[in-house]
Parts: sequence; structure tokens; C-alpha cells
Amino acid sequence: MTAPLLEVHDLRIAYGKIEAVKGITFTVHPGQVVTLIGTNGAGKTTTLRTLSGLHPPLSGTIRFNGTSLRGIPAHRIVALGLAHSPEGRHIFPRLTIAENLQLGAFLRKDSDGIRRDTERAYELFPILGERAQQPAGTLSGGEQQMLAMGRALMSRPKLLMLDEPSMGLSPIMMQKIMATIAELKATGTTILLVEQNAQAALTLADQGHVMETGRIVLSGTGAELLHDESVRKAYLGED
Amino acid sequence: MHQLPQTLVSGLALGALYGLIAIGYTMVYGIVQLINFAHGEIVMVGAFGALTIHLWLPGVPLGAALPLMILGGVVISVAVATAAERFAYRPLRNAPRLAPLITAIGLSIALQQLVWAFYPNAKKNRDFPQFHGNAFQLADNLHLQRDDVFILVAAPLCMLALGLFTTKSRTGRAMQATAQDPDTARLMGINTDRIIVLAFAIGGAFAAVAAVAQGLHIGQISFDMGFILGLKAFTAAVLGGIGNIYGAMLGGVVLGIAETSSITYIQDIPGMQQLGGGGWKDVWAFALLILVLLIRPQGLLGERVADRA
Repeated sequence: MTAPLLEVHDLRIAYGKIEAVKGITFTVHPGQVVTLIGTNGAGKTTTLRTLSGLHPPLSGTIRFNGTSLRGIPAHRIVALGLAHSPEGRHIFPRLTIAENLQLGAFLRKDSDGIRRDTERAYELFPILGERAQQPAGTLSGGEQQMLAMGRALMSRPKLLMLDEPSMGLSPIMMQKIMATIAELKATGTTILLVEQNAQAALTLADQGHVMETGRIVLSGTGAELLHDESVRKAYLGED
Repeated sequence: MHQLPQTLVSGLALGALYGLIAIGYTMVYGIVQLINFAHGEIVMVGAFGALTIHLWLPGVPLGAALPLMILGGVVISVAVATAAERFAYRPLRNAPRLAPLITAIGLSIALQQLVWAFYPNAKKNRDFPQFHGNAFQLADNLHLQRDDVFILVAAPLCMLALGLFTTKSRTGRAMQATAQDPDTARLMGINTDRIIVLAFAIGGAFAAVAAVAQGLHIGQISFDMGFILGLKAFTAAVLGGIGNIYGAMLGGVVLGIAETSSITYIQDIPGMQQLGGGGWKDVWAFALLILVLLIRPQGLLGERVADRA
């Protein structure tokens, strides 16, 4: 197997005195889709925020593409090839859709490449192209999610981190988003996916980890977890 | 009615001055949600910076010295504003909100006292150069003072430059992104610390231009001139909708015209002779603020914050 793109070892994260993540270890290899599933408050979002430099770790190591991320500020981490589409989408509501996408490519200098990737984002999500000059705040929730994903892709990331892309979406919109993630996977994009919709996430994932109150309690391939009895009971709503 | 054109033009000039200062409050607030109560003193140090250049150039006509005086004021104001950000406010970025507020008030007093104590002869008012020559007579009931021409040219130029910068340039767009969502701006690769410094710097530069305008207008500057100017400009920023740069300028103009109108007209209202004239203008200015906030708490151009998750 190739060297891992992301190696997280014994990562602990605290908010004040409360330890939200209590020592987790996992890897993401190039081309893989890895998912973190679990209930609210399990520490999934906190983990992603720490990986992208928004929140400092308490201890442990994070190596991305061979470099330690310790002490590197968030605005430099994206330059290394780690893009983060945050929970709640966080598009820039008063900027246009086109401007939001441009900001995704903020650190890139190749204007031709940026133009091509913008076109690609519009092919992936035609609604964004149709409404390119409108303020992003006028988009529906699902469309905002598309924009957040498109924006994250604009940095040409080596690893795309998606936090709760299906949150709050209608079933149809959720299917659309999941189909897009599958499409990205098929083109070789490496993805770290945090999802509450465990069924959808595990179906897509090569590797999955179940988090509970700051710890990884179960790991396996997507298929293994999908058929695991405790996972089915706890996260797939079966008795 | 005979006095109306003059009242409006004088109010516009005064308001443009308030607006330039108000932009400093509103930009900083828009990005770090801090009311920089030392901003009035950023104006004041700019005035002393410009005066210093004037004193270094004896015999040079004011028209020729003015660009250098503005430059001198801008350098001092930007230096003090960015130093305040770096050493006073940045260490408190994650502190409770009262801490930077108290720091700002402390900084305001410290800057006043530093100038009072160390600038030559600053313990009393210092003379600031003024344009000589008659006002321009535009109509029999309207004349334009030379210092009014300065602010009426400078303020629109500053606004135009700022508007183009924020909407057209890459850094300007990064600034908008930082104001709307700082964490996500960092995820885009934007160094938000540098954007914050830039907001303080732009506010400082505009403050210095306003300081020169104020000096030209009054003919005197003093270590405590920033207090009432700062308060008025802060009022303008709130009036226009804090966080919105066009709102700051609009708020300034509304406030300026309200002030000059109150001087001209209130004394003509039967029974209110005692409440008109220059002495009551600040009362009417702040009364206007209260009135607007009762009707539109978010200010004239402010938006109600309604973030969709």
C-alpha cells in the first residue's frame, strides 16, 4: 500500500477544560474515502477543525503528505492541499457565487486553471453556473452545500474534508449530494467525510470509524461497518 | 429658505469629515466587532503629524505643502492605529469583550496625555495653517470656503478608492470574506491577521485626511480634539449602520446636515430661541441618533443579522 496522505496519531483536543477528543488514531490513503460517523458531540467536527488548523490540538501528531501540521496556521494548511468544507456550509452570503468560488482558489496564481476549475464546478453543479452573479445567501440550503463543496474543490486539494454535507437537506437533495461525492470518488479525489447519515456515508466509504464521546470505538471497511450489528442498532435505526 | 443652500453645503462638508472618521470605526467593527474608542485619538495624532510637516517647511505655501502634510498625518495615524492593533487589541482577541473596550478607552487617554506631555507647546491649542483668500461665491446666498473644497474633494475620492478596493481587488474580497466569516476566510487561505491590520490602517489613513480637514477648518488643533470628533463619527457610524462603509459616510452626511440645520433653523421656531445656535448643535445631533435608533435599531443601511445555518 502507498504511504498514507493523512496520519492522525493519538490526537487529543480540548475546549477549555473539556476534552472533546480523547486520543484518536486513523489514516487516510490517497484515493480513499474515509468516513467518521457517530452521534452529535462525538468529536467529529472538532477533529476536522483541528486538522485544518482552526482549533489547536492538546497533544498527538497530525502528518499530512509527510509534513507535521503542528503549529501551522489555518491559512497555510490549505496551501498544503487540505481543503475543508465546514459544517453548516459557511458560504460567504453577501458575496456572489462566482466570488465564493474565486475565494476557494484564493492562493492559486494560475488564472487559466482557475477558470477551467470554475467551469468544472459549474458542470458538477449547473445551478451554480446559472446563478453565478447572485449573492450566495440567496441559495437554498442544498445549493449552498453545493457551493461549499465547489469552493473547497477550487483549491485543487489533495484531501477534501466534508463536514456533514447532508445536514438539514431534503432527501432528494441529500441523494444529489451523495451522488456528487460518489462522482468525486470515482475521479480519484481523496475524501475525509464526516456524516450523521451513516448509511449513506458507509455505502460510499472505503474505510469507516465510529466515534463515541471523543474516542474511536469501532473501525472497519465501509461494508463491514454497514453489516455490523452494533452499528446497525446504534446508527442505522434498526432494533 | 434663503439660508437653505448654505446650510446644506456646510452640513455636507462637516458630514463628509465625520464620515471619513466613521469609516475607521465601522471597518474595524465589521471585522473584529470592536468599537475602537481610541479612534478619535488616531485622528488627533494625524493632525499633529500634519502640523509637524508644516513646521518643517517654513515659507512653503500651504497649497504646495498640503500633500506632504497629508502624507505625514497618514504615516503617523496608520503607524499608531496598526501598533494599537498589534500590541493592545490582538493579545485580547479571545478575551471577554469588555477587555478590549476598556483597553481602547485607556489607550485613548494615554495617547492624549502623551501628546499633551511631549509635543512642543501642546498643553494649549496649536495653530494649524489655513487657506487665505476669499470664499468662492457660487450664488448670492451660497459661498464655499476653501477648506470645504478640500474635504468635499478628498472624501469622495477616499470613498471611491475604498469602494473599488473592496469590490475589485483580491485583497478587498478577502477583506469582505473576513468580515462575513473569519474562520471560513482562514480555510480559504486568507491570513486574517493581516486583513485586520489592513482595516486598522485604512481607518487610520482616512482619519488623517479628516484631521487635516478639521485643522484647515478650525485653524487650531489640540491634544483633546479627538474626543468630540470621535464621538460624532462613532454616532455617524451607528446612525448609518455599523459595519457598512457606505452607511458610515451616509450617517456622517446626515449628522452633519442635521447639525448645521439645527444651528440655522431651530432658533427660528417660536419658543425655541434658547435651544438653537451653535451651543445646542451636539444635543440635536445626539437626539437624532436616539430617534433613528428607536425606529431603525440597525441604522440606516445596516442589515438585521440573519444568518442561515
